[in-house]
Amino acid sequence: MLDTPSSAGHSTMPVSADPLASLASGSPRRATARLTTLDRTARLVFRGRESAIGPAGEAFGVALPREACRFASNEGRSALWLGPDEWILLAPGAQAGPIAAAIEAATAGLPHSLVDVSSRSVGIELSGPKAAFVLNQGCPLDLGLGRFPVGMCTRTLFHKAEIVLSRTAGETFRIDVWRSFAPYVWSLLEEGRRELD
Amino acid sequence: MLIITCPWCGARPELEFRYGGEAHIARPADPSTLTDEEWADFLYNRTNPKGLHAERWRHVHGCGRFFNAVRDTVSDFFVVTYKAGETRPDIAGDQAK
Ligand SMILES: [Zn+2]
Repeated sequence: MLDTPSSAGHSTMPVSADPLASLASGSPRRATARLTTLDRTARLVFRGRESAIGPAGEAFGVALPREACRFASNEGRSALWLGPDEWILLAPGAQAGPIAAAIEAATAGLPHSLVDVSSRSVGIELSGPKAAFVLNQGCPLDLGLGRFPVGMCTRTLFHKAEIVLSRTAGETFRIDVWRSFAPYVWSLLEEGRRELD
Repeated sequence: MLIITCPWCGARPELEFRYGGEAHIARPADPSTLTDEEWADFLYNRTNPKGLHAERWRHVHGCGRFFNAVRDTVSDFFVVTYKAGETRPDIAGDQAK
């Protein structure tokens, strides 16, 4: 849970408040598909030409994966392939400013763009033996371990909302969703979990 | 569900894609030298074949890239997909090629 008390009235909550605070506090425990909000994360979208890709990964501390739909991690930080010249860089608990400054210094003069999107989305983790089953209520991808292995990530759809889905362990998925869509996605995940009763 | 093969991401459900119109239509290099008829032809007139059709698609809820596909407009079968910038592949019986 983030630092906003769920008892706070909606009108008094700061703009950056966790949009899932009240939903998460009332969420039932189900061990076969655990649903949790993830801590605040620095998020940067990097796009660049060939010459900038190596230095950006070096400055971030994680080499940007060149294989489609894969992520790489190092010391808590992750670089997720979103497109052939596009990555989202995640640094849980960190401030985006210093990371962006380091990458900008390493890629100065090289064709690229770097955008701080830390507040654009929120992270949700779904884990347990029924996690893939719950996701498949609204996600049309084949989530079998052979087709969606650990280390895979992709933009896709959950019902009508776009998400970034990554598999961080055999039974653990991370969902990144734009904050205004987060209650919609959370509520539909809850609906899927009700199947497990 | 119809499965479309993104040249970058592989086989994906149709829901993740958007159609982008006929492929391989180059914008005239110097529009001001064209007649109205030639400009209208570039803007509006398409081949609209019954059969194999080269068209643009975008993997909008995936890698975000535009790519090209040859699709049979009779059966809705995707014969082949290929990256933007590549030429239309040779396909047996493709009369437009
Ligand atoms: Zn793709």
